[in-house]
Amino acid sequence: MINGLTDILLIPALTAALLAALPGYRMTARINVFAAFITFAVSCSLFVVQPLPGQYLLVDDLNKVFIVLTTFIGFTTSVFSASYIGHEIENGRLKPNFVRFYHAMYQALMFAMNLALVANNIGLMWVAIELATLTTVLMVGIYRTHEALEAAWKYFILGSVGIALALFGTILVYMAARPVIGEGLDAMTWTVLLTKADKFDAALLNVAFVFLLLGYGTKIGLAPLHAWLPDAHAEGPTPISAVLSGLLLNVALYALLRFKILLAINPAAVAPGPLMVAMGLISCVFASFMLYRRRDIKRMFAYSSIEHMGIIVFAFGMGGALANFAALLHMTMHSLTKSAIFFAVGHVSQIKGTQKIADIGGLTVTNPVLGWGLVLGVVAIAGLPPLGVFTSEFLVVSSTFARQPGLAIILTTAILVALGGLFLRLNAVVFGAPRGTTASSQASYLPMFVHLAIVLVVGIYIPPMLVAGFENVARLLG
Amino acid sequence: MSSLSFDIAHLLAGGLVLVSFLELYQDRLLALINIFATHAVVLALSVAWQADIQHAPHLYITALIALLFKAIAIPVALRRIVVKLSIHREIETVVGVGFTMLFGIGLVALSMVVMLRVTPGADPLAREDLAFSLSVVLLGLLMMVTRRNAVSQVIGFMSLENGLVLAATGAKGMPLVVEISIAFSVLIAFIVIGIFLFRIRERFDTVDMQALDRFRGERR
Repeated sequence: MINGLTDILLIPALTAALLAALPGYRMTARINVFAAFITFAVSCSLFVVQPLPGQYLLVDDLNKVFIVLTTFIGFTTSVFSASYIGHEIENGRLKPNFVRFYHAMYQALMFAMNLALVANNIGLMWVAIELATLTTVLMVGIYRTHEALEAAWKYFILGSVGIALALFGTILVYMAARPVIGEGLDAMTWTVLLTKADKFDAALLNVAFVFLLLGYGTKIGLAPLHAWLPDAHAEGPTPISAVLSGLLLNVALYALLRFKILLAINPAAVAPGPLMVAMGLISCVFASFMLYRRRDIKRMFAYSSIEHMGIIVFAFGMGGALANFAALLHMTMHSLTKSAIFFAVGHVSQIKGTQKIADIGGLTVTNPVLGWGLVLGVVAIAGLPPLGVFTSEFLVVSSTFARQPGLAIILTTAILVALGGLFLRLNAVVFGAPRGTTASSQASYLPMFVHLAIVLVVGIYIPPMLVAGFENVARLLG
Repeated sequence: MSSLSFDIAHLLAGGLVLVSFLELYQDRLLALINIFATHAVVLALSVAWQADIQHAPHLYITALIALLFKAIAIPVALRRIVVKLSIHREIETVVGVGFTMLFGIGLVALSMVVMLRVTPGADPLAREDLAFSLSVVLLGLLMMVTRRNAVSQVIGFMSLENGLVLAATGAKGMPLVVEISIAFSVLIAFIVIGIFLFRIRERFDTVDMQALDRFRGERR
């Protein structure tokens, strides 16, 4: 049975195997881009022809949004990655045989993320997220420096503990489902779980959700479980930072959302919302203050990712049609903007030969296109109008004000604190006297500007089709 | 279910918790590796017993993986690493053995209270297995937190994972158990190969995680 659903899994898997066998980086980079594009094109076809859910895989309105976002950013990042990796080979930071490995891992990661998104089985989803963790660990450590190995190790250990806790939660969900559904595969299948969740043992589901929140929360990067995230972002290759921030955090979030729906169906179970609200708010406040003491530019944007994931989890925790809509929009906007920023930062660190904020300066003078691109990206991520992040943050805050004014004030304060921190650092990096080397860049700016253009357009005018789609998903999330 | 088969399952799961406690206060790496091998053997026995009483032959595969991979292959590999890095004579300062043990007892009590209270409806064997496995998971976490050596952290993680396998096999008729235990074995193999290939000692001159912390960008 070959259809769009199996294709988005088969294409990356086969490409990964092919890339592992091919030498040379020019060819493999092109194949990587091409495969990512085909995957994206096929994922769009899911809107036209939606395959019926099977025992292991499913496509519904909820995961279609995630799949298209994942494959799109996967494609644009592969374009950026081609020019980034080319530069890394020229200056000798990466050896050609590592590049072969890198491209194979890139496609393996795409496969794992797509599998996690389309899995109709909670066990299969867990395995896919584990696979995604493994591939990113390998890529984070690819430079083989002290820092990269330490970051990879830390990510490995914390990520493993996270997915171990998530597995315990998954087992508990099965235990809750078994008396109602009976033994076997059905008791781990989403579509079956959803129809019977109201009869599950509520106490068991509650405990399960705590483990799932801690487990997948580690992968989302929620404070206080975020310790791996800044290191992994700062020390790995920049395309991987972009994919981590833009996609992998979302995939873990998606897993959490699935279980949230399950709990919401059961009337006796504890409401999952307040837990998510609390963790999201803590992450957001914590990360926004952490922005001030950062000296490494990639580390700074990693903390910004924690802040935004906090906002998104907060909004999903608040629930309701409007907050869910805002959260979905914010997730999309954050993914696009943050990966665009990492594209810019990747080129910046290559031109300047450093990631230290103190050694980078005057970018708008030396590299105007890149410098202003970065300015636009940071303006967007800080949540200033007229860009899309402003729209979504405004929706989150205003929907919260209507229900919990106290929380909205904390959230707004955190967003403003983060804005201050970001601009403080941005000012030093892009304006003022040029610092550091001023080599001209041979970069591909297209992915960055495509992302920023989408964010700008959404900030001004959201297409009705998008609104209808998101509203539909927001209703599903309850 | 006959009371004898229940008692044996209970004994084996309880044994796993006991061996977890043994791991907590080992201050020599080779001794710790031996205790971990024992942990894996007890797990293998427990899983095999579950396979027998649940009439679930696929669980024998999980038991076999536990025995061959975790009780034999991994300890042998770890021992070679430890000897090769010549850290087998080092004595690891385990902060406050008494305190750690007390904390461990507290964690076991916690998991009993939590799991037994939320599962009054489940069958008794699954209930107790869950409570025991949560204890093993928490003790593994405790070990990862209190140890600084990368090798003992890995052992902490593997005993944590043994607890998960116990939970998965105790949940009667759970599908994908074999697949999940294979996925976990791959993960562990990666960790062990990671220690070996990255040759942490070569890069850092030590496997002490505190030394690794110095390389962080923020503290320079």
